[in-house]
Amino acid sequence: MEKAGLVVMEARARNFYLVPYLLWIVLFVVAPILLIVYYSFFNVEGEFTLSNYEKFFTPVYLRMTLSSFWYAFLITFFSLLVAYPTAYLLTRTKHKGLWLLLIILPSWINLLLKAYAFIGLFGTYGFVNAVLELTGIGTKQLLFTDFSFVFVSVYIFIPFMVLPIFNALEKMNPTLVYAARDLGASAWTTFRRVIFPLTLDGVKAGCMAVFIPALSLFMITRLIAGNRVITLGTAIEQHFLVTQDWGMGATIAVFLIIAMALLMLLTGNRKRGLIDIAKK
Amino acid sequence: MRKNSWKPSNLYLIVVFAILYAPIFYLMFYSFNSGGSMREFEGFTWEFYGEVFQDTRLLIIVLNTFIIALLSSAISTIIGVFGAIAIHYIRSNRPKGTLLTLNNVLIVSPDVIIGASFLILFTIAGIQLGFVSVLLSHIAFSIPIVVIMVLPKLQEMSGTLLDAARDLGASSWEVLTRVILPYIKPGIFAGFFMALTYSLDDFAVTFFVTGNGFSTLSVEIYSRARQGVSLSINALSTLIFLFTILLVIGYYFINRRSSRPAGREERA
Amino acid sequence: MSGLVRTFLLVFIVAFGLMYAVAALNSSEGYSGGNTLTIYNWGDYIDPELIKQFEKESGIKVIYQTFDSNEAMMTKIKQGGTTFDVAVPSEYAISKMKEDDLLLKIDHGKLPNLKHIDPDFMNLSFDPDNAYSVPYFWGTVGIIYNPKMVGDLTFDSWEDLWDESLRNNIFLLDGAREVMGMGLNSLGYSLNDTIQEHLQEALAKLSELTPNVKAIVGDEIKMLIANEEAAAGLVWSGDASEIMDQNEDLDYVVPQEGSNLWFDNMVIPKTASNLEGAHAFINFMLDPEVAAQNTEYVGYSTPNKEALALLPEDISGDERFYPDKELTDRLEVYDNLGPRMLSHYNELFLEFKMHRK
Repeated sequence: MEKAGLVVMEARARNFYLVPYLLWIVLFVVAPILLIVYYSFFNVEGEFTLSNYEKFFTPVYLRMTLSSFWYAFLITFFSLLVAYPTAYLLTRTKHKGLWLLLIILPSWINLLLKAYAFIGLFGTYGFVNAVLELTGIGTKQLLFTDFSFVFVSVYIFIPFMVLPIFNALEKMNPTLVYAARDLGASAWTTFRRVIFPLTLDGVKAGCMAVFIPALSLFMITRLIAGNRVITLGTAIEQHFLVTQDWGMGATIAVFLIIAMALLMLLTGNRKRGLIDIAKK
Repeated sequence: MRKNSWKPSNLYLIVVFAILYAPIFYLMFYSFNSGGSMREFEGFTWEFYGEVFQDTRLLIIVLNTFIIALLSSAISTIIGVFGAIAIHYIRSNRPKGTLLTLNNVLIVSPDVIIGASFLILFTIAGIQLGFVSVLLSHIAFSIPIVVIMVLPKLQEMSGTLLDAARDLGASSWEVLTRVILPYIKPGIFAGFFMALTYSLDDFAVTFFVTGNGFSTLSVEIYSRARQGVSLSINALSTLIFLFTILLVIGYYFINRRSSRPAGREERA
Repeated sequence: MSGLVRTFLLVFIVAFGLMYAVAALNSSEGYSGGNTLTIYNWGDYIDPELIKQFEKESGIKVIYQTFDSNEAMMTKIKQGGTTFDVAVPSEYAISKMKEDDLLLKIDHGKLPNLKHIDPDFMNLSFDPDNAYSVPYFWGTVGIIYNPKMVGDLTFDSWEDLWDESLRNNIFLLDGAREVMGMGLNSLGYSLNDTIQEHLQEALAKLSELTPNVKAIVGDEIKMLIANEEAAAGLVWSGDASEIMDQNEDLDYVVPQEGSNLWFDNMVIPKTASNLEGAHAFINFMLDPEVAAQNTEYVGYSTPNKEALALLPEDISGDERFYPDKELTDRLEVYDNLGPRMLSHYNELFLEFKMHRK
């Protein structure tokens, strides 16, 4: 009896909490998605057509999709490579909360300004080349290469990778590590068999937070890569802002949204399952 | 102790931090360049700092940027926290999954799509472009981040804690304010900070939805960049950077001294 | 809990305090009064001193907002939620905006200074009788190069860009019409060509340029070329003059096969709320002394012949920016090709970008 009353009360409270949130979902998530899908069926002259979808399956766009995925993969991979040890070492520092904030802080400085700084640093007569010259390696072209593009992208995404991994490491029970070490596991085995599996959720979250935005990077594809790299995001930006072909831009967006949903299904399902098991 | 805490692995962290801050120090360094560009350093000058304080329009834009960031992150944190609690309360799997997926759509959508679709939306709704449209957009794209930051904390919270509170006769409101919110407080602050980060960082969405003379810093920098960035922008960024770093360090130490949720450390 | 409430209250109090500060700043600057004029222009495309002078003379407070492409500007004006009183689009955008009914007619009776404009720049095909627009600046598209880095290439012909010595050493402007136009011009076709075979030919020709192209960039092209990151670049004349201000070694040339001639004009968008002010501002900008000062600041070519007479000889006599009739006759203005053809140009340009690698 009392339990039932509680459930009703809880339901009412829940609805009350839910109202502004649901309103937001309907207005700013569902409505925009519907608008995007709607626009994807119109060409530049405002006629209803499927030609945008046909166009997407031409070699130009397929190659662009492929190269976007490839670069997004590279960026995610290197972000993880750099971020995991960073997050791990951060958890061992004294003022870890502060250091974590200091990792996030650079992203408060305007991206365009930082991109300009990188142009200066990587330029033919820039700081990095001056150092290379001094060390006898000699001047290299850094700007407008795959290297600089991946480097700057990783730079941008590092905080978004460090944060979830840091949280996962923090949640991990350190006694497990001690136990493994006591049982004679080497540092590497401990990492491979204990630490890494336990932080897998954080790694996944970080990869999601990097991979999908990396698919749709723009601005630095032009500033740092000189349009040598063209991602789906660059194409969307071009179609919306420059060529005014909103239909085609929306079509690419539809594919990006589908890709995102697929990725979330692939990585999310197991996790949700785990939570349910834990609850039962 | 001092000697003990120094490990070679710290070198790795030093390198990471050095790279993270290198472009920022580069910008700061050239803000003192009397040569007027980010090319050769000719001589030291305060000139560009003077320019910043004489440029009222720039100051208004900076203040607007902070107003938008603070208001949007505070409001989105409130809506997002309630959203997260609501999602957490949902028992059945299907609607919960759907809500979570919808929640994540904005996080993973490219800014350009968000900006363009919001622009269409505001057009349909007949909302004037300016402060209100920018604020609404920033609230909109910050909410899901807050939800994502708060949900894990809620999941961590054991159900028995709530049951105990209820058995002791607490009303829903009391359960919320006395048990749930204090427990998820770290998540709420994390959400607030991430929302702040996204708002300050945003260029693409604001670019689409702003108008009528209203501008934020990132949009202003973008349009000024046509001429090559003026060093007064460097000077301004230096000031903002120093200000935020002081704020962050101050906040950290105040927060550390005053509240340290008991029992949290032991749980781990 | 109380900590949470306190923090969030503090955030709101700070935010409202800042809003109060902004309101105070705005009213001290006079922005909050009714008599304002909103100008929508390219970034850094006017001498800020002139805005102050106009404010003092007219008592109108100017709100200055900038855009970075004609398309972004049109999107905003089409959207309707704005109150821009004066905008400065390029010629093809003007004909598009006319088609879309986004412009108001200009009352020539309120513009006594219009007589100072060179008749050569009036009554052009994109706006007969200047019913909707008044010339602001004009210019060309050409090649900026560093004589120290290019050997004896002179760039009198577009062909020189294809020279093997320039491997990975040129920058291109990120614009479909400009790059496709260069491809078409180099083959002797019009840059408004719409014949499919010609366009494909141009694309094939551009693909051969690929090994020479170091990057396709936006406004940062000015900084990059001034810093000698590459030997040559495809740029607008106005950008070229800015670059040459920074690095005196450089030179600008418009190839003989022909190129683009462009105009930026002042218009009054449909969204205007201060028509009197808009006309007053346009008339002010047409004043010879004002136009001359603006020309010196911006560095583009002025269509105002009285202003040109006031400018020093090294500006007005510079053939690179005020070319003679013989060259201008070979230049073409972009036609409004219609959305379908334009989007085809863009597709081809995208294909060209994807070819690289």
